[in-house]
Amino acid sequence: MKPDELKRIAEKEFELRRSYVHRINVCCSSGCVPFGALKVLKAFEDAVREFNVEGKCKVARTGCIGTCYVGPAVLVEPGDYLYQSVTPETAYEIIREHVVDEKPVKHLLYANEGFFKKQLRLVLRNAGKIDPFRVEDYIAFGGYSALLKALTSMNPLEVIENVITSGLRGRGGAGFPAGLKLSFVAKAPGPPKYIVANLDEGDPGVFANRTLAEADPHSIIEGMTIAAYAVGAEQGYIYIRGEYPLAVQTLRKAIDHVGSIGLIGRNIFETSFSFNVELRLGAGAFVAGEETAILASIEGRRAMPRPRPPYPASSGLWGKPTLINNVETLANIPLIILNGGAWFSKIGMPSCTGTKCFSLTGKIKNPGLIEVPMGITLRDVVFNIGDGVPEGRKFKTVQVGGPSGGCLPVELLDLSIDYDSLTKAGAIMGSGGIVVMDDESCMVDTAKFFTEFCVDESCGKCTPCRIGLFKMYKVLEGITCGEGTLEDLTQLEDLGNFIKEASLCGLGQTGPNPVLTTLRYFRDEYISHIVERKCPAGKCFKAQRKEEVET
Amino acid sequence: MEISQIALKSDKRQLMLEAAMKQHQYRKDSLIEILNTAQELYGYLDKDLLLYISRSLHLPSSHVYGVASFYNLFKLRKPGVHMVNVCMGTACYVKGAEEILSAIEREFNVRRGETNVNNRLSLFVTRCIGACAMAPNVIVNGEVIGKATKEVVANSLSALLEVRIVEAR
Repeated sequence: MKPDELKRIAEKEFELRRSYVHRINVCCSSGCVPFGALKVLKAFEDAVREFNVEGKCKVARTGCIGTCYVGPAVLVEPGDYLYQSVTPETAYEIIREHVVDEKPVKHLLYANEGFFKKQLRLVLRNAGKIDPFRVEDYIAFGGYSALLKALTSMNPLEVIENVITSGLRGRGGAGFPAGLKLSFVAKAPGPPKYIVANLDEGDPGVFANRTLAEADPHSIIEGMTIAAYAVGAEQGYIYIRGEYPLAVQTLRKAIDHVGSIGLIGRNIFETSFSFNVELRLGAGAFVAGEETAILASIEGRRAMPRPRPPYPASSGLWGKPTLINNVETLANIPLIILNGGAWFSKIGMPSCTGTKCFSLTGKIKNPGLIEVPMGITLRDVVFNIGDGVPEGRKFKTVQVGGPSGGCLPVELLDLSIDYDSLTKAGAIMGSGGIVVMDDESCMVDTAKFFTEFCVDESCGKCTPCRIGLFKMYKVLEGITCGEGTLEDLTQLEDLGNFIKEASLCGLGQTGPNPVLTTLRYFRDEYISHIVERKCPAGKCFKAQRKEEVET
Repeated sequence: MEISQIALKSDKRQLMLEAAMKQHQYRKDSLIEILNTAQELYGYLDKDLLLYISRSLHLPSSHVYGVASFYNLFKLRKPGVHMVNVCMGTACYVKGAEEILSAIEREFNVRRGETNVNNRLSLFVTRCIGACAMAPNVIVNGEVIGKATKEVVANSLSALLEVRIVEAR
């Protein structure tokens, strides 16, 4: 593609947008489709024809708006009127009143302003407003102009310097400085070099990366291409979970599309830089999110981690230097290039810049997808954005960081969300899951649930994780069946700390976190299970009774 | 082996599998992609199919079996006529997915991860389908039931299983 062609596509798209008054964005992401979003989309299209307002109004299929709990969500522009729980019937009503009569349908509007007030949507800036299947939409919103800027007016070193200045840290969980990682791979000998975008979001209860891919796939591809330019890679892989059919479809289409118009491929923007992207599907292995395991999986082997060093930056895919980044990290890069690293470094907090996307779920009034500046407190997220736990129940804990994250109690609600504070409290940032639990959840049972997950997903390579986690699970099972002793608690702590110390990869190093944090903050629950043989939440001791009945 | 080879050969799906392998230039590192395609075509990966893939990609059969058995998405046994997946992601668990799961096990005489005796129903547990806002989720033959209760799921399954019996008569 020629450099001026990008501007031409954007202008053409603007002209198209100017030709209609209203744009109706129907969220058709994995969250809204089960609520009937596709039927709603069709109803809007039918209604537009029936009321004969085709010239005045455009119906678009978009990605996630964030308010997953009132799906299907529909955003009407101009004015960003957000309609909730739209049905095919109310779709007709919206067309008739909002589009034909120009009067927003008040009783269908989303009324909870608190949900958006404390959010800062940078990575998700386009989510819900563009059609993910059309690259023109993304270009009209400034898409690929960061790539143009990087390729035509910056050298790779300047790109890396900007990312270093920005303070961006890896969004996959570990929080490694992204600029530093870029510079390692840039310095490594090549070609060939590779870049891998990690979309193996295996944590149950987390859907932030998937939603990004479904809503704005091009932001990932653009960020990836800029990163590839910075380090000198010519081949990239997006590794995505096989369980995300819609995200796979969206990304596949996006890659084909940019390939066909020359935004990736040979000599991008008539420079000497060439880059190709391929999609690689995972097949259901949580451990594949680990950076050496993902490499094994792309090479067609079992996703098992290996010891580091050598780090992937020097020896990655097929033994060549490889840059591995989470897709959210990559999606931040175009923003940094367009606005400068200094601009980015002022967002969030000084030691931890930028924003983070979270999926907010569990026993909470407003579950959904949110993006907040780093440093916001858990209280703000749970009570202001999420509006707290449903009526009549009591907040108990918030679990941050997926199955190997930690459960934090009410006293820690004023903790700020950043890598260091969370790690200090025993949790992790993880890939962005926040699950709220109320007094109906038993903490011992919850710890058992997460441990069971980690046991299932342990690849079996190193002993502490394979055997240690299983032992922990057995002890927890004993406690929930009424066979626990007080010594069990010390054993759990010893085992947990040992597994954390001795495991090879992130799964084992964080797997004991749920048990250790619940022991730290909810020890009294364990004790009442053991001493009084009572489960405060009324969950446990059923398993054993069931077996007794059967035999 | 000989017989199933013929069965494989005479199958249109085999041509599509062959085409997929050709597209990947029979590269060894495309194994997971090929297994994904094969499962899409055949529904599951049986021994003969794995052997066929191992020969085509010039990989030891132990390696192919090792990979196929490592990843959760690959099914090595034939699933039942109907499939029910209970999501056990954190959000679904918190909202009572376990109760639904054990209710299905009890009422339909099928254990998690297995297919019931007359090959009618397979019950699987999946780790998060990402529709957490409408937890708990149960997927019956690919259709997501959001905010599921054990009654709704039981009714939907009974209806499915019954209709088929009537059809068979």
